Amino acid sequence: MANKKLIQGNEACVEGALAAGVRFFAGYPITPSTEIAEGMAERLPLVGGAFIQMEDEIASIAAAIGASIAGVKAMTATSGPGFSLMQENIGFAAMTEIPVVVVDVCRGGPSTGTPTKGSQSDFMQTRWGTHGDHPVIVLTPSSVQEVYDETIRAFNLAEKYMVPVILLYDEVVGHMREGVVLTKPEEIIERKKPSVKPEDYRPYAAAEDMIPALAPFGTGYRYHITGLSHDETGFPTGNPKAIQGLLERICGKIEANRHDIIKYNAFDVDDAEAVILAFGSPVRTARHVQKEARARGKKVGLFQILTAWPFPHEALQEIYAKTQASFVIPEMTLGQLADEVSKSVPRDKIYSVLRNDGEMITPAQLEEAVRRVLE
Amino acid sequence: MNYKDMLRADKMPHIWCPGCGHGIILAAFLRAMAAKEVDPDKVVVVSGIGCSARASGYLDFNTLHTTHGRAIAFATGIKLANPELMVVVLTGDGDCAAIGGNHLIHGARRNIDLTVIVFNNSIYGMTSGQYSPLTPHRKKATTAPYGNFDHPFDLVELAKGAGATFVARGATAYPRQLEKVISHGLDHKGFSVIEAVSQCPTYYGRRNKMGSAVDMLHWIKENTSPGGKEEGKIPLGVFVQVQRPEYCSNYYESIESLARGEKGE
Repeated sequence: MANKKLIQGNEACVEGALAAGVRFFAGYPITPSTEIAEGMAERLPLVGGAFIQMEDEIASIAAAIGASIAGVKAMTATSGPGFSLMQENIGFAAMTEIPVVVVDVCRGGPSTGTPTKGSQSDFMQTRWGTHGDHPVIVLTPSSVQEVYDETIRAFNLAEKYMVPVILLYDEVVGHMREGVVLTKPEEIIERKKPSVKPEDYRPYAAAEDMIPALAPFGTGYRYHITGLSHDETGFPTGNPKAIQGLLERICGKIEANRHDIIKYNAFDVDDAEAVILAFGSPVRTARHVQKEARARGKKVGLFQILTAWPFPHEALQEIYAKTQASFVIPEMTLGQLADEVSKSVPRDKIYSVLRNDGEMITPAQLEEAVRRVLE
Repeated sequence: MNYKDMLRADKMPHIWCPGCGHGIILAAFLRAMAAKEVDPDKVVVVSGIGCSARASGYLDFNTLHTTHGRAIAFATGIKLANPELMVVVLTGDGDCAAIGGNHLIHGARRNIDLTVIVFNNSIYGMTSGQYSPLTPHRKKATTAPYGNFDHPFDLVELAKGAGATFVARGATAYPRQLEKVISHGLDHKGFSVIEAVSQCPTYYGRRNKMGSAVDMLHWIKENTSPGGKEEGKIPLGVFVQVQRPEYCSNYYESIESLARGEKGE
């Protein structure tokens, strides 16, 4: 049943999480993500779930991971400084394969930066913020509707792949109000359950799909979870083969399923001479500019990234091979996205539109760049 | 149930040094557990990082070895998500009083039903002997070669001040008393803190010329007061045992009344 509402991005995140089955939220107030905590504080008790405001962001993600270990879908939400504090435990969740959803509503950084304005400069931190080789999935909605849909997808991917999933969107998307249809999710994924008896259970002995079946604590499977390098039994190991095998598996389970995880929207790219590539609020500017350009007969396409990590390199390589198009990349960073794109598109075909002053990239700014590229 | 049945025997030998007091604390905890009617499937033991934190891996419960200092925060999530579970935190003086100090005081303030056993050997053992917030003033450590310039916390006073509803101290030199105070802490519904004074002959004793592990145990015996009354000695025993609404019970009772349509105050 369609349920249409006029709400802001952060509220849509709350709705999406509840629709996906979240029953635990631990958080700490920080602009511009606080409405998510406020929404959860109001809504979770009404569905029998738990909301707790922790003493800091480190404790928040720790509590969320703990709840997930107890078998409950759990999340936290924060912004730059808090996201920095969460990094160690994001790595813990990646290493121990505990599903958890972390929302980073991005503001300007570094340090305290520009709390009330938008930025996308946590882009690389979402991928490489925690130490060590590790898997992570990052989703990047650009509208209130997409926040709702991608929050649901974040929980599904976390449960399916036993991995932390980060939902990254900028302050503009978080605070903007739009009409959104709160559709019932087509699919709700729950984590795998062990198929063996407790006495035969080896928690990290993953099947061919590389995804372990971790029993929630309290369900009769007594085992050990550690952030130390561990073998299939879950206990620490110093065996080089076991260490290498663990890292290859936890990263490999995501790499092997790129096709399932990666999501993007490509508009008019097949004959494009210029492709605008963006995620988050710049997509909105880009869509406008791209449509206007097409209306004037210019061969401009748009590539919208909805899964930022793993990064959609295959799709970009395919588009470039077919079109030899130039890529115009508007981003609210000093070039983090363009750097990643340069792994798939030659540097001299990339034109950056960079703005990290807290303001949105304007249509005029982007139009000018596209015009120059087409000249 | 025999306490030895609660050990993962295949994980022995443990990593602790000869003479380390941590095994005495672990045995006291297990004897206390063995005397209770507990289903090991419903027991969760959470630890952080350090020598003490390795204890979780030796126990045949649901065990979680987390990040440095954060055991109480992880345990808070587990307990609140499933209050039926008995959740015990095993931590050390560095893990709990330094990097994890914030979570300790906030756990106490919330009065969430966790039992926190602090293995206090006055030193960072895992990293080979740096001073902790519980290393006495002027005592030596690798990072205090001229004697510790810092002053230590009194962990019992800290836990009391933060609002813990059960606070006790035991010592490895008095294992039966230690077992008893741990047992009371496990029975207590609310946030329980039990400081277990322990010896680290390898990194604390040697550097501070305290002799062997046995000499250190004698030192602990002579310098602690099991009755808590002797002047100039470290008091042992139960210092706080009060009833206050427990966090999870209060939370779920409150939201149940919300569901029945009753308004919050």
